[in-house]
Amino acid sequence: MAKVPVQFSLNGEEKAEFVDSGSTLLKVLRDKMGDTSPKGGCLQGTCGSCSVVVDGELRLSCLTLAETCDGADIQTTAGLASDGVLHPLQRAFMDEFAAQCGFCTPGMIMAAKVLLDANPDPTREDVIEALSGNVCRCTGYEPIIRAVLTAARSNSQNAA
Amino acid sequence: MPLALKTYATIAEAGSALKQSDARYLGGGTLVVRATNEGDVSFSTFVRSNDPELSAITVEGGRAMIGASVTMAAIASHSGLKAIAKAARAVGGPAIRNMATVGGNLFAATPYGDFAVALLALGATVHTTEGELGIDEFLAARDGKVVSAVSFAVPTTEKFRFAKVSRIKPKGVSVLSIAALVDVEAGKVKDARIALGCMADRPIRARAAEKALVGATLTEEGVAPAVAAIGEGTRPLTDAVASSWYRGEVLPVHFRRLLLE
Amino acid sequence: MKLAKDYFADQRTEELKELGQGLQRSDVPGHVTGKTSYFADRTFPGMLCLRMVRSPHHHARIRSVDLSEAERHPGVHRILTHKDIPHNLYTILILIQVGPEDEHVLAEDKVRWKGEAVVAVLADSEWAANEAAAKVRIDYEVLPSVLDIDAALAPDAPIVNEHHGQNHYMYDSGPSRKVRYGDVEKGFAEADHILEQTYYSSPIEQAPMETTGCIVTPDGNDRFTCYTNTQAMFFTLDNTSIILQMPGHKLHMVGGTVGGGFGGKVDVTVEPIAILAAKLTGRPVSFIYSRYEEMQVSSPRAAEKIVLKDGVMNDGHIVARQVWGYTDAGAYSRHSPYGAQKGAAHYPGPYTIPNVWVDTWCVYTNRTPSSAMRGFGVTIADFALEVQMDKLARLIGMDPLEFRFINAYRDGDMKAHRQPTTGAALIECMQEASRVASWPVAEKYMQMSSYKGG
Repeated sequence: MAKVPVQFSLNGEEKAEFVDSGSTLLKVLRDKMGDTSPKGGCLQGTCGSCSVVVDGELRLSCLTLAETCDGADIQTTAGLASDGVLHPLQRAFMDEFAAQCGFCTPGMIMAAKVLLDANPDPTREDVIEALSGNVCRCTGYEPIIRAVLTAARSNSQNAA
Repeated sequence: MPLALKTYATIAEAGSALKQSDARYLGGGTLVVRATNEGDVSFSTFVRSNDPELSAITVEGGRAMIGASVTMAAIASHSGLKAIAKAARAVGGPAIRNMATVGGNLFAATPYGDFAVALLALGATVHTTEGELGIDEFLAARDGKVVSAVSFAVPTTEKFRFAKVSRIKPKGVSVLSIAALVDVEAGKVKDARIALGCMADRPIRARAAEKALVGATLTEEGVAPAVAAIGEGTRPLTDAVASSWYRGEVLPVHFRRLLLE
Repeated sequence: MKLAKDYFADQRTEELKELGQGLQRSDVPGHVTGKTSYFADRTFPGMLCLRMVRSPHHHARIRSVDLSEAERHPGVHRILTHKDIPHNLYTILILIQVGPEDEHVLAEDKVRWKGEAVVAVLADSEWAANEAAAKVRIDYEVLPSVLDIDAALAPDAPIVNEHHGQNHYMYDSGPSRKVRYGDVEKGFAEADHILEQTYYSSPIEQAPMETTGCIVTPDGNDRFTCYTNTQAMFFTLDNTSIILQMPGHKLHMVGGTVGGGFGGKVDVTVEPIAILAAKLTGRPVSFIYSRYEEMQVSSPRAAEKIVLKDGVMNDGHIVARQVWGYTDAGAYSRHSPYGAQKGAAHYPGPYTIPNVWVDTWCVYTNRTPSSAMRGFGVTIADFALEVQMDKLARLIGMDPLEFRFINAYRDGDMKAHRQPTTGAALIECMQEASRVASWPVAEKYMQMSSYKGG
């Protein structure tokens, strides 16, 4: 099968790989680059478990072909902590009991990060809208919404 | 055949490549990559064009021209398209809206394609590699034409009404969607174009209701004949979200609310 | 949240410290950093993808299977049929002597539900496996099907599963599990009112975020490591051992964090065939359900039909309760004979009733086999029971919560299964619920206690 080169930045690190043409970004991240933080929950765009940030925009890596990301800047939950210091969202998800099985968590955190980057002081409705493409089956949405609002508050306290 | 992606500089070249029976156009991927992920082997080549024209929005002289690759998110946030932003925001969650394109939405099978419902009510023109055609005609055939853009007269916020009904809030697959372009003059409806989603295998016009609305006032009594006629000619979808019966029952309820809102 | 320490204070010897306050989960640091490892978070060189070809019919005879074109498809390594399975006929609960074996790992002569596994394609990519699966030709003779409990138990219904011989499970107690306590007919004769109602439920899919699956690697010494998200590790190990006729020490089952299960991952559906595939090809194999398979093929909570007949007095006492409970197992037993039995053990609910008669049935239909889901056999029973309680209260013009106080079981009461009640706290829960929900009840109920004589 013809292999094609893809090259992009993953969590700040330059990556290059030969992949099968037509491979999804999800598959390339997980199988080729060892970043298994995005999860394949439905592979049809319904669950949001595979959410990653491509050039600042939230994307579903299961429906994005890796070849279309050439030269892009890609962020995943695996790269969110810097030098072992957790991102406020990660802290808040831990403190607010916003994860149970954990499968939806990396996608939830990416969706929340894109929200907070654009809108550091979101309303509850903003949070609900931002997470509306991400499904959770065990934690329940309330602790997750609470965690995002808590993270936003702790961000603004740090900034102050 | 192994899977492959082929990228072309112009939509015309992509159009030629699509003449191969195993090729499918790749827009945002929310339809065609999904199909591949779910085991659809009826095509093995993704074809796309990265022509910047396809991602352009121009609003001039009261008309909007939206390239086929423009995403729902780009429409929802465009300052010249505020009147129809609601219809773009109705599609998917944030990630889907960053990916799903106008061109793709025209081909989405029911229950998807809520934005195409809006375009139908707007009486949009569909620009293809083989010339332009009206959206009614385009949707009726919905054959292999390669769409480069859609254009329409931008309505005022008061004229354009849109409702998407889901069982999950705030986001979910459509139970139904309704778009209406209602022109009111001196308290009476002068003209109306009404389009429905999930009421057939593709977006359809509600012509009987349109006719019944002309000359009516937007009051409980005034809209009653149009509300009574809204289901005419519909064949609502049955799927995991709702039965045909349910969709048919709630259509007049939501249509009435949309007119009286 | 507050801890109500005044209840049963004399029964507690230690000071409770954890209740009523937040506590961080031990696994959550892994979740929020994406480091938690799920079974599919690994890949191996040369790994094959297993794609199952499934029945498109509810009930059909298999006339022929033609693999010739599919086997020649580029990338295909092997296609497994029933002939490859050492012990193809199984049933999960045979481990605890609940037979008969009634289900084929891969279909032989018949398919009995839409989605039943027929042949397994092994290819070196998902794409090649999908293409080859589309080339498998199976000739079916479609048979009449039964799709609900009533149709299955109708006198002329086609037989769903020949291994049972009739469309219901046969317990050692006969066609149903039975509870007989007191004399219901006498109870009904004495009752002021009798209410008989029928309740139905549909199958419910667990819909975990992570679909069912496993990845198997051959260890090279005829031993296999199977990374799986099963919720039932030892059921899986022992059933795999039976199906593959391999001693357990050759099967190294590795579990771990499961991306949601809710009972949907207790059946043994992917591991035996994936281990066999790894054994026959010598390659690592991944078999992961698509979302479609998870929703349509994995076993849901059973559909149920419940008939409740109650005799009630004007003073609020229920004097007789008769129950007919039917569990729609789908085409195969899986855990449903047990689920239906649990139903029998659960009726008549947390109420003290002097005359009780229960029959619960496990019924076979041409539907997706049903199995475990959070409190299966009990949850739907409770739905029916509590709706019935509300209806009974309305029938005699009584407050529904006070009606439950009157009938609530208390310590020392004899239950229908002839076990005396101990440790009941229903009265106290209802008192608290009354306060929290601002649904006041008469003071005499607030003074009640679960303690005998209280």
